[in-house]
Amino acid sequence: MKLLTHNMLSSRCIKGVSVGYPLKISAKNVRLVNCDFDTDFTVRIIQKLDWNALWEAAESVGHADDIPKNLSDIDDYDKNDEFLRKVHHVVLEVEVIEGELECPETGRKFPIEDGVPNMLLNEDEV
Amino acid sequence: MARRPEHLAPPEIFYGVDESRKYTSNSRMIDIQLTMSERAVELMALPEDRHCLLLDLGCGSGLSGSVLEEHGHTWVGVDISKAMLDVARDREVEGDLLLGDLGQGLPFRAGAFDGAISISALQWLCNADKAGHKPAKRLLAFFSSLYASLSRGSRAVLQFYPENNQQTELVMAQATRAGFFGGLVIDFPHSTKAKKVFLVLMTGGAQALPQALGTGASEQEEDQVGYSSERVRGKPQRFQRKGLKNSRDWVQEKKERRRRQGKQTANDSKYSARRRCGKF
Ligand SMILES: C[S@@+](CC[C@H](N)C(=O)[O-])C[C@H]1O[C@@H](n2cnc3c(N)ncnc32)[C@H](O)[C@@H]1O
Repeated sequence: MKLLTHNMLSSRCIKGVSVGYPLKISAKNVRLVNCDFDTDFTVRIIQKLDWNALWEAAESVGHADDIPKNLSDIDDYDKNDEFLRKVHHVVLEVEVIEGELECPETGRKFPIEDGVPNMLLNEDEV
Repeated sequence: MARRPEHLAPPEIFYGVDESRKYTSNSRMIDIQLTMSERAVELMALPEDRHCLLLDLGCGSGLSGSVLEEHGHTWVGVDISKAMLDVARDREVEGDLLLGDLGQGLPFRAGAFDGAISISALQWLCNADKAGHKPAKRLLAFFSSLYASLSRGSRAVLQFYPENNQQTELVMAQATRAGFFGGLVIDFPHSTKAKKVFLVLMTGGAQALPQALGTGASEQEEDQVGYSSERVRGKPQRFQRKGLKNSRDWVQEKKERRRRQGKQTANDSKYSARRRCGKF
């Protein structure tokens, strides 16, 4: 699971959960991969990202040093190549291979195995 | 008539280890899935030259997702079959994968994606596989969450095999209830073999539906043309489809593509495309 995907994931499919976001990550095994950098895509992704959730996710997998805690600390980020490359690295090149996601409202856990989060719910949870 | 797979077993059972491998090594099947995926991408009508974040719903072993990669997009796939996702991982698809049941709703926050495709999966949702399953309810949960997950103005294109008219009507009714505009685009409607049904769903208000392929010509001609030989017009032919026999050929093909694009690519070895055991 890439942190980009994590940033989009919620547990709101669970009955009774209203927001279910962001899911807490506990990572047992994290891997770095290579992925082509694309300036425009990264800029558009930043507009979609929930920055606080990204920073917390990065911190929980040991990559918080790569990005600032507040996006507003960066002026004209769309022209800041160094910054964009760091964001690219954190959202697309850091992958959680084994671990767990946790619903912030119910504490329900979703295991991550072989890089794939298991988001299946029991029938009585939907 | 052959029985429909969705009548035989629930998807996570039907697409078990054997079927998942068989599915992804059948070159005719691969060819059809890739062609339908190309068509779905065309119908999604993304802004020209934009690298988008897309969903592949019922992504299976990553055949449809590979077409999204070919077009330069980043994708996230959801599937209910662990065995299919295992094959996707072994093929080193670029998309990120989630194990999930579309009928339980999509687990994404609002506006996350620029578009979605689904190839040959939706008919599975029309079936009640468990005692508590109500297809109408599951379809609505699916479409409502899909509508919410898409950014305004974007589209979802879902190719499926409706069993009968009631099923098509139910699918359309639930998509409409969820807020979508759109309808069916039926390519080669007069041909039993080449006919393909695409549900084109729009989030940004009512727009004209794209033109279907092969609506004019006679049935005989169309059967000769055959769906899989129809190329998406104006786009270069990207696949050497004959080469995609097994996962080794597949990985080889992908590596060659990456080299052509000047991307960094691992050397070929006897370990290429072999299942890796253990963790790195
Ligand atoms: C015919 S395969 C198509 C796979 C891929 N889209 C392709 O074109 O090769 C159908 C896929 O839909 C998946 N599927 C069926 N029902 C599903 C559900 N309720 N939720 C998620 N995936 C489902 C199956 O597991 C299977 O991988």
